[in-house]
Amino acid sequence: MTLFARYRILLPVLSLAILLAATFYMQPRAMSYFGVNLLFNLAVPIALATIAQMCIIMVNDIDLSLGAFVSLVACVVATFLNDTPLLGLVILLALVLAYAALGAVIHALDLPAIVVTLGMSFVWGGLALFILPSPGGSSPDWLRTLMTVKPPFVPMAVVASVLIAGITHLLFIRSGLGTVLRGVGGNARSVARAGWPVIRLKALAYGCAGLFGVLAGMALVGLTTSADANIALRYTLLSIAGVILGGGEFTGGKVSPVGAVIGALTLTLAASFLSFLRLSPDWQIGAQGAILILVLTARLLFTRRDAQA
Amino acid sequence: MHSAAAAAAPIVALTDAAKHFGAVRALDGVSLSISPGECLGLVGHNGAGKSTLVNVVNGGLSPSAGTVAFPASGAGSALGAGVRSVFQELSLCPNLTVAENLRISHAALKGLRWRGQAREEIAQALDQVFPGHGIAADAPVDSLSIAQRQMVEIAIGFAPRGTEARLVILDEPTSSLDAGIAEQLLSHIKRFCAAGGAVIFISHMLGEIFAVATRIIVMKDGRVVADEPAGRFTRQGLVDAMGHVAPDAAAVEAARSFGETVVTTPEGLTARRGEIVGLSGLAGHGQAEALARLYLGATSSWRAPKAAPMVFVAGDRGRDGVLPLWSILRNATVSILPRIARRGLVDRAEESRIAADWKARIGIRTEDVTNPILSLSGGNQQKVLFARALASDAPVVVMDDPMRGVDVGTKQDVYAMIRAEAARGRTFLWYSTETEEVCQCDRVFVFRDGQISAELSGADITEERILSASFEMAEA
Amino acid sequence: MKLLHKPWLWSWVAAAAAFALTVTLTGGSGASELAYAALSFGAFAAIVGLGQMLVITLGPGNVDLSIPATMTLAGTLALKTMGSDPGTAWLGLGVAILVGLGTGLANFTLIYLLRLPPIIATLAASLVYQSIAIWSNRGLRIKPPEGLADFATGRFFGISNVALVGLALSVVIWVLLERSVWGRWLLASGQNLRAARLAGIPVEAVRAATYLAVTVFAAIAGYLLASFSGGAALNMGTEYLLMSIAVVVIGGTSIAGGSSNVPGVWGASLFMFLVVSMLNSYGAGAGVRLILTGTIIIGIVIAASTRRATR
Repeated sequence: MTLFARYRILLPVLSLAILLAATFYMQPRAMSYFGVNLLFNLAVPIALATIAQMCIIMVNDIDLSLGAFVSLVACVVATFLNDTPLLGLVILLALVLAYAALGAVIHALDLPAIVVTLGMSFVWGGLALFILPSPGGSSPDWLRTLMTVKPPFVPMAVVASVLIAGITHLLFIRSGLGTVLRGVGGNARSVARAGWPVIRLKALAYGCAGLFGVLAGMALVGLTTSADANIALRYTLLSIAGVILGGGEFTGGKVSPVGAVIGALTLTLAASFLSFLRLSPDWQIGAQGAILILVLTARLLFTRRDAQA
Repeated sequence: MHSAAAAAAPIVALTDAAKHFGAVRALDGVSLSISPGECLGLVGHNGAGKSTLVNVVNGGLSPSAGTVAFPASGAGSALGAGVRSVFQELSLCPNLTVAENLRISHAALKGLRWRGQAREEIAQALDQVFPGHGIAADAPVDSLSIAQRQMVEIAIGFAPRGTEARLVILDEPTSSLDAGIAEQLLSHIKRFCAAGGAVIFISHMLGEIFAVATRIIVMKDGRVVADEPAGRFTRQGLVDAMGHVAPDAAAVEAARSFGETVVTTPEGLTARRGEIVGLSGLAGHGQAEALARLYLGATSSWRAPKAAPMVFVAGDRGRDGVLPLWSILRNATVSILPRIARRGLVDRAEESRIAADWKARIGIRTEDVTNPILSLSGGNQQKVLFARALASDAPVVVMDDPMRGVDVGTKQDVYAMIRAEAARGRTFLWYSTETEEVCQCDRVFVFRDGQISAELSGADITEERILSASFEMAEA
Repeated sequence: MKLLHKPWLWSWVAAAAAFALTVTLTGGSGASELAYAALSFGAFAAIVGLGQMLVITLGPGNVDLSIPATMTLAGTLALKTMGSDPGTAWLGLGVAILVGLGTGLANFTLIYLLRLPPIIATLAASLVYQSIAIWSNRGLRIKPPEGLADFATGRFFGISNVALVGLALSVVIWVLLERSVWGRWLLASGQNLRAARLAGIPVEAVRAATYLAVTVFAAIAGYLLASFSGGAALNMGTEYLLMSIAVVVIGGTSIAGGSSNVPGVWGASLFMFLVVSMLNSYGAGAGVRLILTGTIIIGIVIAASTRRATR
């Protein structure tokens, strides 16, 4: 039974498949272009945010500010990027650089990432309120069009998820630099010994997180067409759960971009599934928690059995 | 081969290199040069300075005094001069695959096809060193066995990696390899040196040293005490050059009588009441693990009875012993809290009295026991850990190489204290890397490869007997 | 000189400065009202902060994210049990504490048996607690019994009762940490879990008790907050998630574990309230307020790290 240890991606895929099968069983009408689109509608921004969180977890840190950051990006997109696209782009670029700088500072001063990002969550939240004191703004048209495009055969959300998974897999698993970045999480000392500047690698990992956070905010505005300062606060915890569901671990650089996207899809689907279950809305959040615990328990059982084998 | 080597410029040359850590002279003025074609066998006891020497050569540490140069290549750094190290502790990234680990130390692998190149290069290196190794280049390192990981590390050490390996340092490379695989490594080293490379080979397996080294240096107390072509040494001569002369004052003590057996472990370790049992052998051969298992099994993570059945004296202070934020006082009394508490609250007067008592008895050098523990020297910190254990009433005391960094005078005091406590009926299990300490024991178990290779008692406890049981003398 | 090295000093200095700056603007009037308000609102943050402090003392990776859900659940169930009937205040408190014990036990079971990282375990479990709260609340807003509401909003010798409860709990925690065997065990486990275990400390029992303590404190805070604000609301705990961590860190407790700081939690809780009222009285918007709060948290972490480095 080394199957699950060997192919870590198998368990996340299996959980998603089982959940999807159960959903289709409960609600056969969901098995259509329109139905699938509805099921996974909000998955794209969550998947991007999960990838962002994964970049941080990849180097053994954790980001408690991601939800606030995505909200801030959403506010920038719905105002500046819509009204003055050039200024909007500059601001978004500055945000990515700020993330990279954060990574460098955390490494250089050996600060606990959990506290620094906690502080940053206030800063991002404050900036968002500054830009958009009350809900409003509107999505740039091109973004709206992009997010609601209807490709043939397969809905947009699925195409986008596959694209995100594919591209990030290339970036973080296949590419040489991505490999070194994962090495930082696995054994930073041996990476430093081989002559790599770990501080720049850390900054790069954080910069990537910033980039995907920006993309998540943009995708979110494209779907919701407007923004508010608290729009994505729950993404912080969702993204952490997504990474772990996708087979990632908090330490050791063990992450999987494909798994992270699958984790995000599972979390999104869990919400839809529970509403099909005619479960009272009261229990939907709780059932999500229960699903999370169940999947992690299943994983523990499989890995433990593998360890004994 | 030898004449050719002598003519070429040395790959690395150390002149009077020294490295001090505080007052400790880990490396005390070593001059050494290694030429192409040489295989240098490096032997010495634990703490003789081998690791420090290696780290000065590979650029991990910069010397406190003296110079390190790379004349053959003219490079300024060890990395540029083609000096590679394979460390004793595993230094791969366990989350990456074998080929990906090569990428970490091979920055020149670029482009879209790097993965294929890396796979090919590591497969080639593995094939060269360990024909028939059976390790897939795409296997994640954490799915490999310890031996396979070590093979991968060695292969990465010898792999070309864009430049060329000129000097490969192997620190106990065969410690987790079986005999057949080790043999493959030895023949590869010979081929590598014949082709103009150089190797520093550190091993406790004297048979391997003689099989592969062209020159042997012996280190003791941070200095090179012998440096000769391998042919000039005999096995016994090498052991003599490494060894101390054991003081046999303790050994002549009359045999005492002991009580019933109070400790038995699955490894076959036994101890009787009032006995001082030593665990010996080379470092890392399972002694510390055996003691930790014994202690963790005898005590609970959920309950702490007023009278603890067993206490533990740590040798690795930072990892296992010292509570760094606390005062000397609190560090000393942490194990006896349930005994001196009333209704859950610590009796602080009693606590201070006990701490003051032990400060005097064991001679902790401090003005005030409320000073932070880290204000003490290593040896004095160790005394606090002794006080912590001896202050309890536990009938069994487990000691994991507890004398690291303790000065000679204190050692004598502690020996006397241990003997006195043993005479009062306490049992001591004492792992030590120093033969002199082991000679204090009533009975000694020598460990090799996680198993007990000899049990010695009374007059049989001699440095020679212990060494011959520690080293695999039988192997050719 | 020794005072300057007390890690709690800075949170009190900051709180005092914020207080002084606010009072200067109003020309001295309203100082006692401000102090009263700071103590009552700060008390809730201090109570949950004390619990979070104990968990963070256990060392890196230990944090409880189920505080908001536990607060909501305890407040909801306690009010529901009491049903606005007079004389049921103690019953309600008992229910709240039982809720705290239950959630703490569930959290630690996940952490210990399933070996889940505390962050994920408490996060997943908190979703379940939240659902139970939603289910039992059903959108009803049950008023607390009149006597209890009077107590929660009342004062005694000019200090709000809520603050007095918070202070009493703080004294208990302080005695526990400074004088008791359990406190010593907790501090030792946070410094080095392995060394603590090898010194004979029952580390798993210590961890279990700590994860129970944090939820019991959150439950008490939820019970008081629901009584104070005239009923339990489903989002009543939300702001205390980050707040509980922030007051611990600003208060000078080391995120690396092994050192707790009770006075600092109070200084930080007062500061978090006072800085808001200061910025409000200077007419700053919510945005500026949050940005400054975040900057201060990061500044304190950096200051703490450089102090550590120079020592």
